[in-house]
Amino acid sequence: MNAPAPKRPGRAGLALCGVRIALNGTELVAGLTLAVAPGEVATVMGPSGAGKSSLLSYLCGTLDAAFAAQGEIWVDGREVSRLPVERRRIGILFQDDLLFPHLTVGENLLFAIPREIPGRRARRELVRRALAEAGLPGMEDRDPATLSGGQRARVALMRTLLSRPRAVLLDEPFSRLDAPLKAAIRQFVFDHVRAEGLPTLLVTHDPEDARAAGGPLLQLGPGLRDGREDPGAPAARNREDAP
Amino acid sequence: MIAALRSLTVTAAVFAALRLAEAQGLPPTWEGILERARGQDVYWNAWAGDEPTNAFIAWVGRRVKETAGVNLVHVKLSLTAEAVSRVVAEKAAGRHEGGSIDLIWINGENFLAMKEQGLLFGPFTHRLPHFGLVDTAGKPSTVIDFTVPTEGYESPWRMARIVYVYDAARLPRPPRSIPAMLDWARANPGRITHPRIRNFLGSTFLKQALYELIDDPGRLVRPVGEEEFLARSAPLWRWYEELKPLLWRRGEQFPESGPAMRALLADGEIDIMISFNPNEATAGIARGILPPTVRTFVLERGTIGNTSFVAIPYNARHKEGALVVADFLLTPESQARAMHPEGMGNPTVLDLDRLAPEDRRRFAALPRGVATLSPEELGRALPEPHPSWMNRIVAEWERRYSR
Amino acid sequence: MGTAVLPLTGKRGSGSPLLALFPAAALLLFLAPVLAGLASTALAAFGYLPALGGTAPGLDPWRRLFAVPGLGASLGLTLRTGFLAAAVSLAAVLGLCATLHGSRLFRWLSRMLAPLLALPHAAAAIGLAFLIAPSGWVSRLLSPGLTGWQRPPDIAIVHDPFGLCLVLGLTLKEIPYLLFMAVAALEQIRVREQLAVCRTLGHGRAAAWLHVLIPQLYRQIRLPVYAVLAFSLSVVDVAVILAPTEPPPFSVLLFRLFTDRDLGLFFPASAGALLQLALTVAAIGVWRLGECAAGGLGRRLVCRGGARVPEGPAVSGFFGAVAGLPVLLSLGGALALALGSLSRSWFFPQALPSAWTLAHWMRHAPELLRPAGVTFAAALAAAAVGLFLVIGCLQNERVNGRNPAARTLWLLYTPLLVPQIAFLSGLQVLLVRLGLDGTWTALVGSHLLFVFPYLFLSLADPWRAFDLRYRTVALSLCGSRARSFLRVELPLMRRAVLFAFAVGFAVSANQYLPTLFAGAGRLTTLTVEAVTLASGNDPRVTGIYALAQAALPLAVFAAALALGARRRF
Repeated sequence: MNAPAPKRPGRAGLALCGVRIALNGTELVAGLTLAVAPGEVATVMGPSGAGKSSLLSYLCGTLDAAFAAQGEIWVDGREVSRLPVERRRIGILFQDDLLFPHLTVGENLLFAIPREIPGRRARRELVRRALAEAGLPGMEDRDPATLSGGQRARVALMRTLLSRPRAVLLDEPFSRLDAPLKAAIRQFVFDHVRAEGLPTLLVTHDPEDARAAGGPLLQLGPGLRDGREDPGAPAARNREDAP
Repeated sequence: MIAALRSLTVTAAVFAALRLAEAQGLPPTWEGILERARGQDVYWNAWAGDEPTNAFIAWVGRRVKETAGVNLVHVKLSLTAEAVSRVVAEKAAGRHEGGSIDLIWINGENFLAMKEQGLLFGPFTHRLPHFGLVDTAGKPSTVIDFTVPTEGYESPWRMARIVYVYDAARLPRPPRSIPAMLDWARANPGRITHPRIRNFLGSTFLKQALYELIDDPGRLVRPVGEEEFLARSAPLWRWYEELKPLLWRRGEQFPESGPAMRALLADGEIDIMISFNPNEATAGIARGILPPTVRTFVLERGTIGNTSFVAIPYNARHKEGALVVADFLLTPESQARAMHPEGMGNPTVLDLDRLAPEDRRRFAALPRGVATLSPEELGRALPEPHPSWMNRIVAEWERRYSR
Repeated sequence: MGTAVLPLTGKRGSGSPLLALFPAAALLLFLAPVLAGLASTALAAFGYLPALGGTAPGLDPWRRLFAVPGLGASLGLTLRTGFLAAAVSLAAVLGLCATLHGSRLFRWLSRMLAPLLALPHAAAAIGLAFLIAPSGWVSRLLSPGLTGWQRPPDIAIVHDPFGLCLVLGLTLKEIPYLLFMAVAALEQIRVREQLAVCRTLGHGRAAAWLHVLIPQLYRQIRLPVYAVLAFSLSVVDVAVILAPTEPPPFSVLLFRLFTDRDLGLFFPASAGALLQLALTVAAIGVWRLGECAAGGLGRRLVCRGGARVPEGPAVSGFFGAVAGLPVLLSLGGALALALGSLSRSWFFPQALPSAWTLAHWMRHAPELLRPAGVTFAAALAAAAVGLFLVIGCLQNERVNGRNPAARTLWLLYTPLLVPQIAFLSGLQVLLVRLGLDGTWTALVGSHLLFVFPYLFLSLADPWRAFDLRYRTVALSLCGSRARSFLRVELPLMRRAVLFAFAVGFAVSANQYLPTLFAGAGRLTTLTVEAVTLASGNDPRVTGIYALAQAALPLAVFAAALALGARRRF
């Protein structure tokens, strides 16, 4: 099925080539080309509705069929835009931590470790180390609901890293945190992706984030559209917002 | 002698009834009853598994509305026992008046059960103007229901007779005795069945067989105990043990009811079915639910005949209305309608000789159905065994085969 | 969220004392009859029912119960079919969600739910029997051309000894019901996001559903699943039509005992009703153990990084077909019934009736009016009273800020979990005692027992999801709670309210045993008539009643959907 991967844009890292995304004929992303080196954090900025989230969805493969999208996505020298989500090896962190509520912290992490890594003990050791690194030693058996927001954000990052991604997408992961926590978590995340040498793409509308990332900065769309991303039910959104 | 005794008991019952009627505040005259009945709702609880019968009841409802202003409601039952248990429950709860059932289609063991437990109003048949036309002498089953004297506690409304319906296109010469039926089944396994044993036709199938297989059929008119039953019914079970695996679905499954069995005959799943309606085949052809090739036969040694009755629960709310309906059922108009071969087709309970000539003409004018036997072909009707036989057949069948 | 509203509603606790009465009143209204009925049944089960001559308490009823022929086989059949039906329905629904959620087929199936939910069990069962029997429509369509059958084959399809047809008939209604509950529950779970996370973690879609979404979904639909299990174990009307007859399932056996003319059998029958209750409780317990086992296994797999789950078009196609089957069979059955009701004669193997007539409809139309009127009035009353109570309870939560404990849900489910026969028989004795049997009060009241929980279940989630800021705005604008409720809150909720009303209507129209026991033959509905006439087995008449039975709730559903779709009243 896979033709021999064309070897154009750089071997290692994440590269986008001519990415276009349109919704109902309106172009949201018009021919985006960008290369992110390993350990580098690139930032995409833009107002609400400019297509930031659609871009990330396209990259990780979960873009709704209503959108028309094209363009190459290269991860470590492999074009992945036609692969199913689970085989792209692109990790993502959302605004919400999205820890699975029915599993313990430890199980959340174990679930992320690829099946190919065998051995109960080896896997548990990986989890133990990850938690220690996140400053949450011994919290394997905790229910995620009992953690604070900052703790949950760190577990979420660890979960993403444990799945051994080749690139990481950050979808405004700090926007829900209050100011002092925000800076700390941001630092924590950036430190880790840099340490692991992961090419990282951050989407945000907070200039502070972009400054801290220090990588290339891209401005998306003039923001002519009105700011509501989803004109749908306020009730549903309200529920999501609930703690 | 017996007749004299019977009339004596009847007379005694009549006097008792008159006192009872007064005690219960029934009007002394029929006119008075008619007057009170006008506008009353009469809830007639009747088994509803047979469409021509339901249609007939609906017709009766229209007629009593027109003639007497009675609102008849057919409470459709899948088992008559449901209504019996309701009356018992009401009695148990102390509701001795204003009960929910005014009239009930009943006979045999249900009648015996209700009568024994004092659940019936009556005697009342002597109050019905048309009861005098009933052929009690020629058709003794109109006053002796499954060997139990009715004593005026129930009023007949149609005659029934066991017949067998078969498809002449597939079966030119049907077996006309119980042993012949087994021989035929051996050669044609899976081509006959009977409704499940708790359905009255299911037990009737075995009861009819017992008549022919028992040493002394005269014994059947008396109540029977457990031990005697087992001894005397042994030939029946020998016959049935052999027949059962040769029944439709290897005797592991039975149609719910007579009409369900009729559908099997219509679709060619079986070749023979038992029926309590001598007009079953003709009515089925007329309604398009049996193929035009079906015909009727009876057993050479005779088949059981009985009568359908209506009774009034002791706590019925509208006894006057119920009486009016019971009487209407005995009118020549109603009886001729009931006998029409394209309707129910049940023979009348009346003595035609007692009818006025114009009423007799109603009956003479009735066509005879293509698949209905003449009275000569039908032959002698055997009296119903005592209800205890039926009950024991059902219990023994369940003991043997319900596992 | 609540705090934002508080300044306008006054101090906590001083909300509305009137509304605060609703939960207690509702619980009393439908728990009291259940408990009273159960108590009455229990007394009779140990021989105490003076009205029937039972004055010496003892174990005799139980001895007589255990002497009933075929009891063991009957219990076995009930357990087998009950578990199988519940498990198959659940598996089909979970499989469908896992493989097709978000697809067009899934949306189509969810849209087909409403009519299927409205279709009464008995009508669905009658249609199914008429469709798949050896002499049924399917067999007629294929014969003799494809099958070579000149006569219907001698195979027990309907009433088969194993009870598979009963299982099929049960899943016909249970799959749509569970799917309906699942669709509602999925709205409470962040499916898209969690699915995306799982997949970026390297798990396939199916594995993500199995390990992450299904466990969360199952928690939400656990009670409905128990209700389905309890229903499968205790259903009477569907079993009469589809289950084996010798011996029948335990529920039918009990029903026969209760309606036997020998009133002495009331005692062993009551004992049986208690046994039925114990059976149901035990079955739910066993099911719970199964849940724990499955949960443990799931966790072990999660720790290993998840199971390898087959996926692909074949798997999703399979589940789509399984879930589509009820739609197909129900529609096919209805069509076959409609053809039957218009036939004059229709013998095997004719694919279509050989002669047509309207005579059956003409003959039965006048007779349909009365039960149809009772059905309509009772369902209208039960749904209206139920809606009033449910909205009262939910508004109480909103205004008085009390959130119900999870335990309340269990109480709500009581009438759905306790086998009907276990308390209806006892309730009937009480009704007769009070002179209430055969009255509208008894009929509507007994229906309300089942209408209320379903109404509550369908309305609670949308009600709680209501954006309270609308209320805040409304209160600040018009300053009256009543006006805010009537002019803003209720109109905003009208779609959910109308839908819940239609659900309540359908539940009432569907009741068989409660109508039989409370109606006392005086008040009878289309469902009772249809089941009774189904025993008569004249497909034309049965067809008419089954179609009429299905028509009423369907019409109400359609009306509710149409009204709800309009932007204004």
